[in-house]
Amino acid sequence: MAEPTKDMLLEWYRQMVLIREFEETCHQLYEEKRITGVYLHLYSGHEASGVGSMAALRKSDHVITAYRDHGIALILGMDANAVMAEMMGKETGSSGGKGGSMHLASRQHNFWGGYAIVGGHLPLAAGIALEARYRGKDDVTMTYVGDGATNNGYFHEALNMSAIWDLPVIWIIENNGYGMGTEVARASGQTELHRKAEAYGIRSFGRVDAQNALEVYAVACQAVDYARRHGPAVIEHITYRYRGHGVSDKQYDARADMSAELKEWRASREPITILRDSIESRHGAEAVAEILARHEADARRIVAESVAFAEASALPNSYQALMRNTYVASDLVHKTAQSVGAGIE
Amino acid sequence: MATRNVAMREAIRRALREEMQRDEAVFVMGEEVAHWQGTHRVTRGFLEEFGERRVRDTPISEMAIGGLAVGAAMAGLRPVAEFMTINFAFLALDAIANHAAKVRYFFDGMFKVPLVYRAASGWGNQATASHSHAPEPIFAHFPGIYVGCPANALDAYGMLKAAIRDDNPVLFTESIALYPKPSPMPDDLGEDYLLPIGKGDIKREGGDVTLVAYARGVDWALQAARLLARDGVEAEVVDLRWLRPLDMALVYQSFKKTNRCVIVEESLPMYSFGSEIAALLQEHMFDYMDAPIKRVAAEDVPLPYSKEIELLALPNAQKVAAAVKEIV
Repeated sequence: MAEPTKDMLLEWYRQMVLIREFEETCHQLYEEKRITGVYLHLYSGHEASGVGSMAALRKSDHVITAYRDHGIALILGMDANAVMAEMMGKETGSSGGKGGSMHLASRQHNFWGGYAIVGGHLPLAAGIALEARYRGKDDVTMTYVGDGATNNGYFHEALNMSAIWDLPVIWIIENNGYGMGTEVARASGQTELHRKAEAYGIRSFGRVDAQNALEVYAVACQAVDYARRHGPAVIEHITYRYRGHGVSDKQYDARADMSAELKEWRASREPITILRDSIESRHGAEAVAEILARHEADARRIVAESVAFAEASALPNSYQALMRNTYVASDLVHKTAQSVGAGIE
Repeated sequence: MATRNVAMREAIRRALREEMQRDEAVFVMGEEVAHWQGTHRVTRGFLEEFGERRVRDTPISEMAIGGLAVGAAMAGLRPVAEFMTINFAFLALDAIANHAAKVRYFFDGMFKVPLVYRAASGWGNQATASHSHAPEPIFAHFPGIYVGCPANALDAYGMLKAAIRDDNPVLFTESIALYPKPSPMPDDLGEDYLLPIGKGDIKREGGDVTLVAYARGVDWALQAARLLARDGVEAEVVDLRWLRPLDMALVYQSFKKTNRCVIVEESLPMYSFGSEIAALLQEHMFDYMDAPIKRVAAEDVPLPYSKEIELLALPNAQKVAAAVKEIV
């Protein structure tokens, strides 16, 4: 089992407190209507799932996810300013204000994006992994998928194709208990979701307590190694979302059982606390106190600066900004003034 | 230069084979494209020539075929993904409309999606309702993808080569009725015979009425033009070739000369190719319009199995000629 170094653990802590600060700030900004838009799905509570698993990757590997994508973007090192500006639809946003919360991506980080149709990114992941196989590279594609997506056709078709073509994908099912508002047991005949992948001949690495970054990391290392050498692997991360499905989720206010459940997860399975306890027990609370405090202060500063940056940025407002990048400009396309649908670069 | 008659399927096969020889990033995938040699024989011999890495049989998984091509294209390959028939592409509509067509836009130009979806299209031959669609306009509805629909062998050849080389996603539909139909094609076109994406073509000149069509509709329009010529009516046949981008400049140029137009299509009449062309003509050519714009499309009904009522539902040259007679 891979044993993370002290530096790695501190880095994970840095990532996790940055994500939490970013997400809770997004929530606040949404409440204040400084972030507008309909969709905002926060990664608070999920931090160890992304941080622990992506620590098993190397730079040339690939990452793709669904719409709960802010944390994934920050772990990969995307600039918090550009991510926050995208939340606000600003022209300095990572997608120029075209994508918003659900469509973050970064070519330079091999981050192929967040996608908004449940399951829609799963065959894309298979295609990205096919490119590696096709060209004889051993890079893997780490793919995050929610529990709800395991019920739609994309999941089954994409996983089956990854199996028959031996594609180097690690399918990480982030099981946070609910697909939007529907409990897993009310949505899936098989509630051990990784077993659905097993049905297609995919090697399962089972269920992991994804509030514990060290456990996540240990299993992810095995799965990544397997995928690099053989083919697809699946891991089921058991996690919890602190801010509901998205900011419009009012269930936790309306249902006492759900609010009690949330309280219990926060109290006993808080991923940042669990990581902090691990670091302190291994390396001494006093020895790490200063650096942990510095990471917390840095997170507050970075996020505050990102808000200032985003709010100072301009909204795209020209016709050119609206139309551009519908298509790639191409000499192969007939140019006439009255052509309809040729788009603008 | 020697010219001979070539079936459209052979022209498509030749274009695809040449582009695979030219660029190692090009590969084909789809149901029965490899060992079966292609349901429509377009990929006949490909497995032997290019091997299993580049000629990939898929399971019956249209959603995955549609989406996997997007990911592979984003990552730098140039997939040519085949839907056995366009009826099955409905299952992949999300991958096509929401992903292939939009990935570039919603990441503001970060990625290119250089893929081609090929799909056999059209009705007839008692294929029955669920296998009888020519739904190109549905796919052409979405900005971000191009839709090409050739009407003969040489066009199919030059259009497909351009589609494969272009960095944008293209849906390329191939009329099943036209697959076996021979048309003239020079033997030696060089390897770079590329027809511009979105460029239409005048298939027959005439001064009395403009017939606007694509794919199989071009056949019916040309047959109708021959019928009309016997009565002294000269029809000009505009083959748009591409539903997106749409070469309206060519339609306007013809309409300014004829001042009359009949739109011919294999597909259904509501929210259709004909609706779009007619709307653009009235908007931009009102001063040149001497008669109502007429549309000839399939009847507004699912296609039945039984032969005679099936034919009743389809457009044909007589219906086109009759529509012309109403306005000249």
